[in-house]
Amino acid sequence: MIELNKDNFDTEVLQAKGSVLVDFWGEKCEPCKALMPEVHALAEKYGDKIKMCTLNTNANRRLAIGQKVMGLPTFIVYKNGEKSKEISGVENCTPETVESLIKEYI
Amino acid sequence: MSKVYDVAIIGGGPAGLAAGLYASRSRMSAVIVEKAKWGGQASTTEELENYPGSIEMATGPKLMKRMKDQAEAFGTELVKNEVTGFDIADKIKVVKLGNDENINAKTIIIATGAQPMLLGAPGETEFRGKGVSYCATCDADFFTELEVVVVGGGDAAVEEAIYLTKFSEKVTIIHRREEFRAAKSIVEKAMSNDKIDIMWDTVVEEIYGDGIVEGVKLKNVKTGEAIDFRTDGVFVFVGTRPISEFVRGVVEMDQKGYIRTDEEMRTSVDGIFAAGDVRIKSLRQVITAASDGAIAAVNAEKYIEKNTSYKEVKK
Repeated sequence: MIELNKDNFDTEVLQAKGSVLVDFWGEKCEPCKALMPEVHALAEKYGDKIKMCTLNTNANRRLAIGQKVMGLPTFIVYKNGEKSKEISGVENCTPETVESLIKEYI
Repeated sequence: MSKVYDVAIIGGGPAGLAAGLYASRSRMSAVIVEKAKWGGQASTTEELENYPGSIEMATGPKLMKRMKDQAEAFGTELVKNEVTGFDIADKIKVVKLGNDENINAKTIIIATGAQPMLLGAPGETEFRGKGVSYCATCDADFFTELEVVVVGGGDAAVEEAIYLTKFSEKVTIIHRREEFRAAKSIVEKAMSNDKIDIMWDTVVEEIYGDGIVEGVKLKNVKTGEAIDFRTDGVFVFVGTRPISEFVRGVVEMDQKGYIRTDEEMRTSVDGIFAAGDVRIKSLRQVITAASDGAIAAVNAEKYIEKNTSYKEVKK
């Protein structure tokens, strides 16, 4: 998975053609960290069909807020640089919901 | 038939982990199924100073990791999956999992806990992840140098308000009554914190914003006065609801969905026990959850011993 930051967010996400999934996470977000192995497994499975990225919101707070993300965990799919769909919150973000989110875009 | 566990524990919070530890230490085969995060609600509580013995570097995630490691060290198996149903017609009970796998067990301990209750105000769902939060440790960092409100008046609300002052400029606690239910020591700490304001007798009528939260519409329940309050974040801690929908109709529960047990953690069904926040009880804390788990495990063992048909010939 591609690690995003303020230097590459534009090129990797906003100027990217097709669908990009971004996993917004934080160092103190235990639910995010619990999800991480499963999300990486999903990246193994679907990585050749959809671009998958992670964004550490602790290191990139302004960038996240700029994307109107102020809560974790959050997953957003961008399509041709535009926000297309997002899910947020502990009980809304599970390996199952993330996988079905991916499947909508491949 | 595939492996039959002595005890299948559903839920990997303090109740489930303590049950696993006690079961494994008495040489029962035990498995814990957890669908989300090990440690449950306690793993998202930063300040955890009321669990005896955990005072230095007392954080929820650290204590929960130690509990998990301890259960595992004594042989409890840990499975990350969701429970979708049960088959309890026979003596060997079947716990059905999300990937069509089954776990066979002689006894079941339900330790699924509880989750935050929603406020029920317009805008709450819309602004989820956009300023509305139920997890201070997850989201506090977004509100560095911003202003937030905390809704609620129990231990969780007041404790998390104190935690949020480490990040936010101003934290306003909005509580519908004129005094807190929280423990006095916590309330005193909040009262003496310069960054905390309190609005008593006040309820949230609406959360509004443009893409992200910009404010809340409040009402004073005594005077009827309507207040427009600008804020960047709304943290909701207005109680919990049990995670028991999946056993509705299987074991007896109250109207809210909390599972009824006796003092030995026995539910209305033989061989099924409940422990922790999911059951009807007066104090829902890490320590009482762990206590329940221990009692449930010991009684699961007694249950197996009594049902002689389970007894296997020991070499």
